[in-house]
Amino acid sequence: MIKVQGLTKRYARTVAVDNISFEVEKGQIVGFLGPNGAGKTTTMRVLTCFLPPTAGTATVSGFDVLENPHEVKKRIGYLPETPPLYPEMEVSEYLTFVGRLKGISSADVGRRVGEVIERCAVGDVRSKLIGKLSKGYRQRVGLAQAIIHNPDVLVLDEPTSGLDPKQIIETRDLIRHLAGDHTIILSTHILSEVEHSCDRVVIINRGKLVATDSVANLTNRLRGAEAVALEVASANGPLDPATVQQRLEQVAGVSRVLPREAKDGRLVFEVESLQGQHIRAELARAVVHAGWNLNELRAVGLSLEEIFLQLTGGEKKDTATPKEG
Amino acid sequence: MKNIWIICRKELNSYFASPIAYLVITCFAVIWGYVFYMSTAEFVRYGFMAQMQGRNMPMNVNESVIRPLLQFAATVGLFLIPLITMRLFAEEKKTGTIELYMTSPVYDWEIILGKWVGALLLYVCVLVASGINIAILFGFGKPDWKPVLIGYLGLILQGGTLLAIGTFISSTTKNQIVAGGATFFVCLLLWLLSWTTYDPAWYWQALAYLSIVTHFEGFAKGVIDSKDVIFYLSFIFLGLFATSRFMESQRWRA
Repeated sequence: MIKVQGLTKRYARTVAVDNISFEVEKGQIVGFLGPNGAGKTTTMRVLTCFLPPTAGTATVSGFDVLENPHEVKKRIGYLPETPPLYPEMEVSEYLTFVGRLKGISSADVGRRVGEVIERCAVGDVRSKLIGKLSKGYRQRVGLAQAIIHNPDVLVLDEPTSGLDPKQIIETRDLIRHLAGDHTIILSTHILSEVEHSCDRVVIINRGKLVATDSVANLTNRLRGAEAVALEVASANGPLDPATVQQRLEQVAGVSRVLPREAKDGRLVFEVESLQGQHIRAELARAVVHAGWNLNELRAVGLSLEEIFLQLTGGEKKDTATPKEG
Repeated sequence: MKNIWIICRKELNSYFASPIAYLVITCFAVIWGYVFYMSTAEFVRYGFMAQMQGRNMPMNVNESVIRPLLQFAATVGLFLIPLITMRLFAEEKKTGTIELYMTSPVYDWEIILGKWVGALLLYVCVLVASGINIAILFGFGKPDWKPVLIGYLGLILQGGTLLAIGTFISSTTKNQIVAGGATFFVCLLLWLLSWTTYDPAWYWQALAYLSIVTHFEGFAKGVIDSKDVIFYLSFIFLGLFATSRFMESQRWRA
């Protein structure tokens, strides 16, 4: 359905996307995972013919984005990060306009608008001005405009960003429902998002392809490692953080130890394990053996940053700086 | 063709859903109404004077009232057009809605033409407001209607030209105020160029020829000169063509 080969997009000074290749089969939901600025949006913009690639090719349903943009555009529905909405228009008026723009005949457009309004559950705001809608409704109107012409491929750029948890769940369900009829590419920087909605995942970082795999395989790879928060206090006299860190690093299966906090004689560390190693029991034993008090020991989820570090082979910290957004 | 109409209708709806259309039409109607009153009253006063002095002065509504009024309308248009065009592309680039157009199966020229025709139709609405006053003249006198129509054709052509320039300028920026300001400056400059007609030197004449206003004078007199029509049409084409080239180059650079 979608074939991307050696795709490169260079801006004036930076390389946004560097030699990316992947394929998406019909009916799949593919998650594009990466921190902000990784090149997700740029890749999507190339696929939707908004930007031409600098090098490489991308085809949608067999049509090349450079040679046949018109045919590609007919077959693609796109929800950009900020939904392209006109605040001065009413919802149904807007959807009619987009439908006509996408090439639906005036005879059919009314029926299609009714269908997508029902599908995206925006019926109760259909005659409201878009400018007056809440963020969640706007996002759904954005989705409705993306599917109005029943495209083969749906490209959704961060469809759940900025929504509250309830809206996120609703949007995810909606995307899942759409999956049967459409091939979907969605981008996100939240790992759980991919786990919930996608069949396959494409991970990019700094414009480069890091991994492309099925979600099941990827989570297995990641589940192997764990991160633990550990609070140690001294039983007698002050503790030297360096000594404690050194001791913890010696525990079998520990990949690295990060000092987090030190006050009132209590030291907090974050300890990460190697692939497939369980380290909590060993850590507890090591602390107690050294004659320190173990105040707290709990598992913390791996952040996206750490996953990236693992996938990119533990590069330096500044190579992947996820931002909230 | 169908896509142009869809986009044009959307643009026109947007103008009337926002205060812009009402602002432009009101500004024009107030200024025009004032000037219309002044010039008609002056004409009537001359008429009375001629009667009292018993002289039979040749008086013509077309020449003494309508022609200067149409010329005045053309000048007011220079000031209103930046208000109409500044949002055309700049607003969509700022809010990101341009992505909808660029990823829909429509060609760049359809987008540009649709937007330009939408803006032109708003300008025609403005001119319709001026037509009401002219219609009053027909109620009380017998002006010749042909030069009036030709004058309006000239106004539409001149408006279309300035709108095309404004469309191009709006496509080059995300900032509506920059787009409006720059368009206003260009309109003003094209108007000022007409002041150089008195100098016979060829370069002054060439500059004067470039002025939008000098080409309107024929229309105001009720004369359709193909030279003027071609001037306006080629200027419109140039403006819209430059817009499409710019959109294309942005796509590759951005």
